[in-house]
Parts: sequence; structure tokens; C-alpha cells
Amino acid sequence: MNREDFPMLKSNIVYFDNGATTLKPQCVIDVMNKYYLEHTSNIHRGDYDASIITNKLYDNTRNIIGSFINADPDCCVFTSGSTMSLNMVVFGYMKKHLKAGDEVLLNKSEHASNILPWIKLSEEIGIIIKYVPLNSDYSLTIDNIKKCVTEKTKVISLAHISNVVGDVRDIETIGEFCSQNNIIFNVDGAQSVPHIMVDFKESNIDFLSFSAHKMCGPTGVGVLVGKRNLLENMDPILYGGGMNNYFEEDNSYELKSIPTRLEAGTPPIAGVIGMGEAIKYLDKIGMDKIHQYEKQLKQYFLDKVKDISNLIIYNKDSDSGIVSFNIDGVFAQDLAIYLNHYNIYVRAGNHCTKMLKDDIGINNTVRASFYFYNNYEDVDRLVEALKNSRDIFKIIL
Amino acid sequence: MDDNLRREIILENYKEPYNRGLIDDENYSKINSRSDSCIDNLDFEMMINNDIISDIRFDGEACAISTSAASILIKELVGKKVDDALQILNNYKNMINEKSYDKELLGELIVYDEIYKQPNRKNCALLPSNAIDKLIGRLKK
Repeated sequence: MNREDFPMLKSNIVYFDNGATTLKPQCVIDVMNKYYLEHTSNIHRGDYDASIITNKLYDNTRNIIGSFINADPDCCVFTSGSTMSLNMVVFGYMKKHLKAGDEVLLNKSEHASNILPWIKLSEEIGIIIKYVPLNSDYSLTIDNIKKCVTEKTKVISLAHISNVVGDVRDIETIGEFCSQNNIIFNVDGAQSVPHIMVDFKESNIDFLSFSAHKMCGPTGVGVLVGKRNLLENMDPILYGGGMNNYFEEDNSYELKSIPTRLEAGTPPIAGVIGMGEAIKYLDKIGMDKIHQYEKQLKQYFLDKVKDISNLIIYNKDSDSGIVSFNIDGVFAQDLAIYLNHYNIYVRAGNHCTKMLKDDIGINNTVRASFYFYNNYEDVDRLVEALKNSRDIFKIIL
Repeated sequence: MDDNLRREIILENYKEPYNRGLIDDENYSKINSRSDSCIDNLDFEMMINNDIISDIRFDGEACAISTSAASILIKELVGKKVDDALQILNNYKNMINEKSYDKELLGELIVYDEIYKQPNRKNCALLPSNAIDKLIGRLKK
């Protein structure tokens, strides 16, 4: 769908690294260029025409986000991306509100950004991290989560869609369970908000993080959405300009209200404007349509590779457009380099889920992650290359 | 070098690498080596006796280039005097980094003389040599 909107697709590439970052449509590039070429200015306090245009576009991005994920616009905080958002949750909120012995439930297929901050917090204040066991298909279920909950469980933190297995977690049910049991529900939406409809309020989410660059927007910008009372009780990670009302010689100071309080310094203005445009663009296509189409592409791929006997696929059943695989006896990176020979772009590695090896039994996989602008011919090219992979060393050595 | 022969040597050392497998002996000095730019992750162990490299072993997960280079380097270096080994290592690194080098000193390592054509693989070829270099540096102190 919509391939003509993406300048990168004019070259002969097959771009299957959408889990890492996505291509940018012309409309996103245009609004950002326009900011740089026609109305460069800082936000707030500008009394000239260019700054008025910039402010309007910048502020309106919160409204766009709010209606996209069903959240209050002033509860959408601009950050540098999911990593920063998750770190703000852990060090800005949890550090202040959790105490030694409190339990946080994670699982081993989480991205580093949803594990390492917690490990650091555990080191700092003594919280206990518990890893919810994955099912035999490496998915995470509400039943397994419930088995790990004790009266000390204060937080359940998980990716809505995991970035290697690609299983879609039932956040509505988990959110309801959390709200009934007074547990904070922290959702990493980096792999879901770009691909599937997410309803912040309906799913009882307390914190939601996502990045613009994984959803057709620019790099360096993302969002933290939080429930109002939680954001109001969060300490800023950064202090400086734009976020304070006053500060005095006697050390007194007053911070602004949310979300500005949590956005010290000049933000990535072009990035925020680009993110707003990207979200409008996705919304116009329709998130349900995008999700259905990606699942169809994945199913088409699975049907086509059935007969490739040396291809190992780790996540056939997951309900998203992510496929993780290896060719038997070939190192994942060698396979990725081989595919690059055919201009097929995939990612090899542990995909920042360094603990998943404990469950899946291997360290590295090749990941092809589909997006709406991929088509069936793209999949055919990947399948053809995989079929011919007995020639791999002739090509890469 | 003929492309088929080159490929054959690399593949042989990738599929059945020399001295693969660690032997957790306290007389060995150990180092882990991984790259920032790729997913190669190898451990090395080395023993030096009377200024001679008496053994090097390695294990881990890495691509064909990195694994085979570890294997061939170990073959070339074991039994050499430390200074001679350093000379071989420097010469090898020079070749990978497109500086002038002495072909005579390379032995089988010559199979990587065209790796510069794939710049993203230079780090793969250098990962084992950098690790061994660091181990020697540590043991010389």
C-alpha cells in the first residue's frame, strides 16, 4: 500500500527492517523541511510570524497524538523516544514511589529499554524483578502473569508487541487485571503503536511509551503518555529552560504543570512536527487496515517458505508482521549480509533482547519485520533468496 | 588468489575451526571480544611460556569471517616468539586497514586481502586480532 509516498522505495530495495526503524513518507519530510526552510523558530514566547506558525504546529501535535491513542493531549509528553520515556517512568516515577522488596514483573523477551532501567533501579533501591515465564511458543499470557503476582507486586511492565517474537499481548485484559489489583501497568508501545490500534484509556494503561521513527516519523522524538495523577507525581529527569515558573537565590523554585514540566530544554521541534504529520498519515490509512495487511504478508511468507527444509522460524503463530528465523548452520549475520546482496534489508542479532536466549535457546536470529508499504513481490524476493541460500558462501565470501 | 581456493580455506576454518573450545585453566589469560558494529562475540584464552606463545584457544558465536580469522590467526601464532607474533598481528591489521604490508609474513591470512572491498566486514576480520593483541599486551606487562 502507498508505496509511491516513500522516496526510498524508488530504488530497488526490499525494506524489511521496520522493527528497527521505518521509511519516511514525502509528506513527513516536507513538513520538516518547511520548518527548516520557511519558519525556523523556537517554541513559546515568540512574538513573530514564523514562531506563531511553529507553535501552532507543535502544540497541535499533542492533539493529534491524543486522538490517535485516546489520551488527554496534555498527558502526552514529548521525549526523545521510547528509551527515554521508559527511563522517565523508572527513574522519574518508580524511584520515588517504590521501595525495597516491591516486585516488578517483566519477562525475558522484553527489549533492553524495559529491563536495564529496572535492573539499575533494583541496584539503587532494592526492588525485586521477577521474570514471567514465556509459553512454549515464546508468547506471554495473562495466565502466566497471574501466577507470578503476589501482594508485593507493584508494577507489570511489558511490550504490547514484543520485538523478536512479535506476539501481541492482551493489554486490555492485563490492564483490567492491573487496575483491579492496584498494580501500575507500564506498556512499551514501540512495536505496537505503529502497527495496531492502541487505546490508552480503554486498556487501563498507566504509562505508554513509543517512538516516532518506528511509525514513519523522524528519529530523536517520541512520546510518554501517562495518567494525569501519575505524571503530576513524576519527577523530571531533566531540569532547565522551559519547564520552570521561577527560581530564586534562596533555592526556591516552581515548576510548570504537565506536560511542560517534563520537557526541559529546546525540544526537537522539526521532529515533533514531523511526528504529528506521520501520525495523521497513518490514521488516514487506518490502523486496523495496516495490522490486517501485515498479518496477511506474514501468512503469505509462511505459506511460501513451507518447503524450505533448512529454514527455522521461531514465531510462526504470533499475530504481527514480525518473522524471526535462521538458516540451519548459518550465522544470522552471514545470512543478513547474503540477503543484502539481493538488496533485501533485514536485521541480524539479538534485537536488544539479550535474555531471550534463555528461553529460545539461541542468541541470534534474522528478523524480517513487515510494514504496510511492503508488498507481495517484496516477500517473493525474500523467499527466492532463502530458497537459493545453499549458495550463501559463494556470495558472501 | 583464486576465489575458490580463498573460499575453501575460509569455509574450512569456519566449519572446523582450529583450537575451538575453551579449557578453563588458570594458567591461561582470558578475554572476551565483541564488536560495537556487529554481533560477533568471541572469548579467547592464551598461555605464554618463556616468551613463546604456547597456546591460544577460542569459542563463541561469530560470522564466517570472524570465526575463520580466529582459527587461522591461532594457527599462525602458536609456537611463535611474542615479538614475532606481534609483528604478524600488525602486518595482518595493516592489510585489513589498507596500509602497506608484507605478503611473506601472512601465511594463510592472505585469504583476507580483499576484505577491504566489504568495509562493514573489516571489523569482523579485526575482532580476533585485536583480542589476541590485547591479551599479549596484558601478559607482557
